[in-house]
This record gives sequence, structure tokens and C-alpha cells, in this order.
Amino acid sequence: MQTAVLFSRVSRHFGSVRAVDDVDLDVAEGEFFAMLGPSGSGKTTCLRLIAGFEQPTAGHIEIFGQTAEGVPPYRRNVNTVFQDYALFPHLSVIDNVAYGLMIRGRGKRERLQEAEAALELVRLPGYGDRRPNQLSGGQRQRVALARALVNKPKVLLLDEPLGALDLKLREQMQEELKVLQRSLGITFIFVTHDQGEALSMADRVAVFNDGRIMQVGTPQDIYQRPRSRFVADFVGASNVLPPEFTGSGKWASLRPEAVRLVSSGGHRARVVSRNYLGGQTRLSLEAGGQRLNMLTASGETLPADGAEVLIDWQPSDLHLMEDSQ
Amino acid sequence: MRSDRNARAPLALKIAAAAGLAFLHLPILLIFVYAFTTEDKSYQWPPPGFTIKWLGVTWNRPDVWEALWLSVRVAAIATLIAMVLGTLCAAAVSRWKFFGRETISLLVILPIALPGIITGIALRSAFNLADIPFSFWTIVLGHATFCIVVVYNNAVARFRRTSGSLIEASMDLGADGFQTFRYVILPNIGTALLAGGMLAFALSFDEVIVTTFTAGQQATLPIWMLEELVRPRQRPVTNVVAMVVVLVTFLPILAAYYLTRDGDQIAGHGK
Amino acid sequence: MSAPQAAILPGRGGAAGTVADVFWRNPKVLLALLLIPPLLWLGIIYLGSLFALLAQSFFSIDEFSGMVKYELTLKTYGELLNPANLDIIARTVLMAAAVTVAAAVVAFPVAYYAARYARGRWKALFYLGIMLPLWSSYLVKVYAWKLILAKEGILNWIFEKLHLTWLLEAYLSAPLIGGNSLSVSYTGTFLVFLYVWLPFMILPVQAALERVPGNLVEASADLGATPAQTFRTVLLPLAMPGVVAGSIFTFSLTLGDYIIPQIVGSSRLFIGQAVYAHQGTAGNIPLAAAFTVVPVVIMGFYLWGAKRLGAFNAL
Repeated sequence: MQTAVLFSRVSRHFGSVRAVDDVDLDVAEGEFFAMLGPSGSGKTTCLRLIAGFEQPTAGHIEIFGQTAEGVPPYRRNVNTVFQDYALFPHLSVIDNVAYGLMIRGRGKRERLQEAEAALELVRLPGYGDRRPNQLSGGQRQRVALARALVNKPKVLLLDEPLGALDLKLREQMQEELKVLQRSLGITFIFVTHDQGEALSMADRVAVFNDGRIMQVGTPQDIYQRPRSRFVADFVGASNVLPPEFTGSGKWASLRPEAVRLVSSGGHRARVVSRNYLGGQTRLSLEAGGQRLNMLTASGETLPADGAEVLIDWQPSDLHLMEDSQ
Repeated sequence: MRSDRNARAPLALKIAAAAGLAFLHLPILLIFVYAFTTEDKSYQWPPPGFTIKWLGVTWNRPDVWEALWLSVRVAAIATLIAMVLGTLCAAAVSRWKFFGRETISLLVILPIALPGIITGIALRSAFNLADIPFSFWTIVLGHATFCIVVVYNNAVARFRRTSGSLIEASMDLGADGFQTFRYVILPNIGTALLAGGMLAFALSFDEVIVTTFTAGQQATLPIWMLEELVRPRQRPVTNVVAMVVVLVTFLPILAAYYLTRDGDQIAGHGK
Repeated sequence: MSAPQAAILPGRGGAAGTVADVFWRNPKVLLALLLIPPLLWLGIIYLGSLFALLAQSFFSIDEFSGMVKYELTLKTYGELLNPANLDIIARTVLMAAAVTVAAAVVAFPVAYYAARYARGRWKALFYLGIMLPLWSSYLVKVYAWKLILAKEGILNWIFEKLHLTWLLEAYLSAPLIGGNSLSVSYTGTFLVFLYVWLPFMILPVQAALERVPGNLVEASADLGATPAQTFRTVLLPLAMPGVVAGSIFTFSLTLGDYIIPQIVGSSRLFIGQAVYAHQGTAGNIPLAAAFTVVPVVIMGFYLWGAKRLGAFNAL
């Protein structure tokens, strides 16, 4: 399997600001790859480095084995779905989708046909004659997707694609994007700050912080075995426990759903507050001077605020972390 | 900012606002009436009678046509120059941050911000010093200079409203700079440029102060009118010309308004 | 045609392609190319002439030969301090001030209504109703008032019909603001200035009022203020930057105008007319230049003062 995108010690500095700091990246062909992190972590800059809107201050970028730095975006066989969709307001939907083909010099009938096929692929058949300002947010996003895919790029980049959609629509699009990527086999790289999204869609996730990659791995890896406090904190609402609490000399992460109420043994804790989340309830506890959260199914009888309880977990659920940051 | 939905404007306010608007428009409408009066020696009110003969008389005055033709030629060329220079400047200022950006914005506005007499006399003495004879081209030079800002304002307003990601999207899809300009940028700013051009045309067509200083023997239509105001020959002819000028400049203004209607104001109200 | 398989494609080639690549690699080159033509034009033609004019004001004219003496001196500026010239300057400044105040008063209701109450079709109508007079011919507007103010014209006719001619004559016999007829009095000049510059005051005030968020008015009412109090304490202060911006136009335009006082006014000169007169047959360019510096300096102080008072903060 070929490497789709390779970053080798890539940095992008803006004066004294290190937006991307000595990053190594290796995205395999046909992968659905997520770049996850808070705002300002460098993930969007990396995306723009792949697209060609930014040039690295240091390091080497390869796309399918070919050198990419110094190459303008219009010569890269890479297409982007922008966060604000960036549909051309002066063109109809079909002309928007066919834009890339038009630039490449394809004949009118041919490109309109292919554009229509792309619209069908994103489930907007027959929308060709409308204008972008007549579409809803979700529809615009599909058009942006079609406009990118119709050019059959080697890599498709998505910049926070689902951010502006409401919850239901977002979940639906997550499904569709995953199915689409599987059937097309194109390498997808998408940027998001929503860890739930990254976990549910991606084959592999890179977690960014402060211009660097903290960890790369499958969603399970990142979630169950975070290697640093930052990753444990950012991905899922983990309990991050200091070395004194674990007695192991290392920080540990403990997922709230791994904590259970027990009737004997275990650790003593006091219930501080309860949050009803629908299917589950989050109990905020205080144990041994440490704050802990646990999740439990809402149906069970729950202890009252202030009650003293006993809690326990499987030893394997207490994941010790190598990095202390 | 809107007041409470159910609030109606107080009567006094309505009257004051209406009076203000009437004050603005009635004097011009008066000219229309005077264009048809039979009295030709004075500005007598009410007009003793009505006639359309002055339209014919004006039509047959060669000096009116000459002045009109000169005004049109000057305005056309000055507008063209202003459109090119104004758009170049607007593109630079709205897309890049660079040292001296605010100064340039100020510089572009200066020809219109400073009183016309200063621009006029400055140009005149500069032409004198450089031994350039006053001609059609000196008029155009002056006009183009203060028309730049009108196009510039409209172009900048539209550039600012055009999302930068459109340019990136175009490049992402394979278009280089020139193609992006032709297929994405130009269509999006086209109407703003057109509006700016029309306003520039109207501005140049009407300008008199700078023109009196930069013209040689030529008379544009406003200069002709100024002559008539100081030394009237046939008053009703002046009235007819005034009426025609109002009607003729009405159209580009209206067009410019419709071209830039959604969202931004027609910039350039600093004559 | 099959899709291109390579990840990096060749460029368009040709002259256009190469230049496009250069622009992409060095955006500064593109920036320079965009800026150079307009800057050359404005720099050489406009700034150049302005500096030449300014330089001239430091020369003087030889009284005997009438020729310009090209040696630096402040004598010409000294001439500005002659009582006659000071008169001219004072006259112009007072007129500018009067016009500005009157314009603010007349413009405010129009701008207020347009900003706060006009909706939909009316809003467009108001907008056009202010834009059209703004852009219509300056000379035509002045000419219209010559018609109106003429002895046989409509204004006198109205006074006659209302049997108020005695009022008009009493007014005209008043010192300073009166005259032989309206069209050769300061009042006439004042009316024409007010008429021609009014749209320049309306627009900034309207813009300032429109920028006031609607919920400020609601918040004020919520806290117990009557509409009058809300107007005085909330809307008026927030509209002030617009009034100041408008006043910059009206003041500056009046300071430099020479046509209106010539057509509707007494024979006493304003700054603009003085400039015109001196550079004309008299050929006294240095004095004309010195006179033109006066409005610029006045406006400089005005702008500085306005900035100090925070008038530009909201802009």
C-alpha cells in the first residue's frame, strides 16, 4: 500500500508563532484519516499544507511519492471541501460542480454529464439549475463535496466539514461520508475539533496540540490507551488521576464508564452532584481528595447527593500513561 | 437599527423628515417648470405661459452640442482611466496587509476630500510650471484623478464582501491566478465596477471647479452653464439644458443603485 | 478521457502559465504591480502639484514687476494678516459654521426617520431620495436657487401671496444678513450652501443611527427611560460621530467654494473667490496658494479636535 501523504519534519512558522512544529505524518492510500485537536493546534495548517495554500518553512512533503512543497494548489491532484463550502455565488450548482472540469478543458456536454453523476453520488440529483443561495446548509455541503469529488482527486481534504450542521444532520452525514469513502476508495483526510466525530468516522486519528502531533492511532488506541494526559483529556471525558492516587508513580486515565458502584471492597467516595444525560447519568464523585466522574445507566436507583458510596473498576481499565503532559 | 415594531413615528418627526426631503427635491423640480415658460427675459413666477419651443431652440444651438460632446468624451476617458487605476488599488488594499496601507487609502481619497479649488489651482500651476498647454488632455488628467476614489470605494466594498475562500477554492480546483481572475473574481466584482464607473461618469460630467482651472479654450457643459449663469444669453435655453442634465445624470445613479443593491451602500458620497 | 493519475500535474505552460506561477510564488510582485500604476499617477500628478502649490506659497510677488520672486519668504503669509484678508477668512469661517449647524439641524429628522422608521420600499425611496440630489449636478442646484431667490421669482411671490412682503423687507434691511434682495445677501448664500451640502450631512448621520443596535433602545426602555430620555441619553450621543463626520464635509466644502458666493451673494469675497481672483489676471500665485493653505490648516485643526473629542471612536 502506497503512502498517500508523507510529512517529514515539517514546520510552518509565522514569525515567532510555530503553527506546525516539526511534524511527521504518514497517511496510507485509501485511508479515512482524521486530524483532531483544539483550535490553534496546527491541524488546519497541516491540511492547508497538503492542499498547497501554505508552504512549509522547513521539512519535506510528498503526495503519492511526488514532492509537493513549491507546487501551487492548482497543480496538485488534491481537492478540498472548505469549512464555509466556498461555493461560487455567481454560478449555478451544476456549473459549480463542473468548474474543475471546465478549467481542465473538458467539453461542455461531457463535463455537465459528469457533474450530474457527481450530484447523484451525493444524493442531490436534479439540483443542477439551482443557485447556492437557494440551498440549505446541508445541501451546500453536498454540492461542495460533489465539486471536489468530480475531479477524481488522489486525496480529498475536508476542513471541519460537519461543524455548521445540526446534530441529526451531522450524524447522518457521518454515515454517508464513511460509506462514500469506502465505495470510492479515495484517501480522505479531514480536520475536526469534535473527538466524537473523529472516533466514529476515521480509520486512524492524529491528535494535535500546539503544533505537534501527540499521538497517532486507531480510534480504539487513542481512546483506550491514551499516551499522555492531553490525549486522555481531549478524547473522551476521561478521569485523569495523579501518581499519588494510583500508587504507581505514573499518571493514569480511567474512563467514566469503567467505574462501577459496588456494595463491598473498592474505594470510598462521596457523591457531589448528578447530571442527567438521557440514557445515562453522570455522577460526580470525590474520592481520596480526587475528583472522579462515573457514568451509569439512568434506569438504576441512584445514590443521593452527598451520599457515601463504594466504587471500583477493573485493574486493566486503569491505563497508565507514559507521558506526563 | 429599528425601533420597536409597533411604534409609529411621532407626527412631528414625520413632518420634519418630509419637509427635509421636499427641501431637497423641490428646487430641481422647479427648473423643469421654468424650462417651458414663455417668459425669456427674467425668472418671473408664476410663468406667464407654457411652451415647448425652447426645446427646439436648444436643439439648434451648436455651442450646446459642442459642450455636451466634450463633456461626454472627457467623462468617458476619465472614467476608463479611473476604473483601471481604482480597481488595481482596491485589489491591492483589500487583499494584502502591507506597510502604508492606510496612507494609500488616504491618498486615494484626497483629491475629493480637499476642496476642488485646491486641486484645480494645484494642477493649473503645475501645468504652467511644466509648460504643458491646456487642452482636452489636461481636463481628462484632472477628472481621472478625482474619479479614482469613486471606483475605488465601490470596488473595495465589494472585494471585502467577497469571501477569500472563493479564490482558494478556485485554485484548489485547478485554476491559476489568471483563470481565477477571469472566472471567479471578475464576475463577482463586475457589477460593483460598473456601478463605480457610472458614478464616476456622472461625477466627471458634472464637475466644474477643477475643470475651469484645467481647461484651455474648451467648454464642457458645466463650464457652458457657468458662463450662462454669469452672463445669461437665453435664459430658457439654460433652463432646458439644466433639465436635460438632471434627467441624464438620473439614469446612471439609478443604475448604480440597482447594481449594488444587495447589502452594501453605494460608496463614494464624498464629492 | 481517464482521470489524471499523477498526484502532481504539469502546469498550463506558455506565457500566462509561467507568469501565474511567478505571481503565486511571489505575491509581493503581484502586489507591487497592482500598486505601481495608481501610485505613480496619484504621486506624480496629484501630490506633485500639491507640493508645487505649497512651495509657491513661500514665494512672493514683486509689487513693481508683478512677477513671482523665487526666493523663500513668509511675506506672503504675512499678507494674509491684512485686515481685508482677515475679513475674507473670518467671513468664510462664520458662513461655514452657520451652514454646518443648520445642516445638522435640518438633516437630523430626515436621517432619524430613514434609519429608525423607514422599512422596505420606503427605505429604498428614502435612500434614492437622498442619493439623487447628492449626485445631481452642482451647477443645476445653484442655478435652481438663483431662480428661486430672484426678485421676480417664486419666493417673493409666496411672500406676496401671504401678504408678508413687509416681513421680508424688514429682514432684508437688517445689517449683515440682509441686502438688496435675497439673491445678493448672505442669507441667499447661506440658503444655497445649506441646500447643496445637506445630503452630505444626512448620509453619515443616518449611517451612525443605523449602526445603533435595536436592543439598546429596548434596554433603555426596559430600565425605565421615556422615549425622550432614550433619545437624549442613548441615541443622540451615538449619532454624534455621524454628525461630526457630516460636519467635516459641510465645513470643508463651504471653506473652499468659490462659485456659490459668486452667483448668489454680495460682492464681498470668500476664500475661494479670493484664491480665484489672485491666481487669475493678477497672477499672484503665491498669495492664491497662501489662501488655499488656510482651509487646509483649519480643517486639520478641526479633524484633530474631533479626534481628541473621540468623534471617530465609533467609526
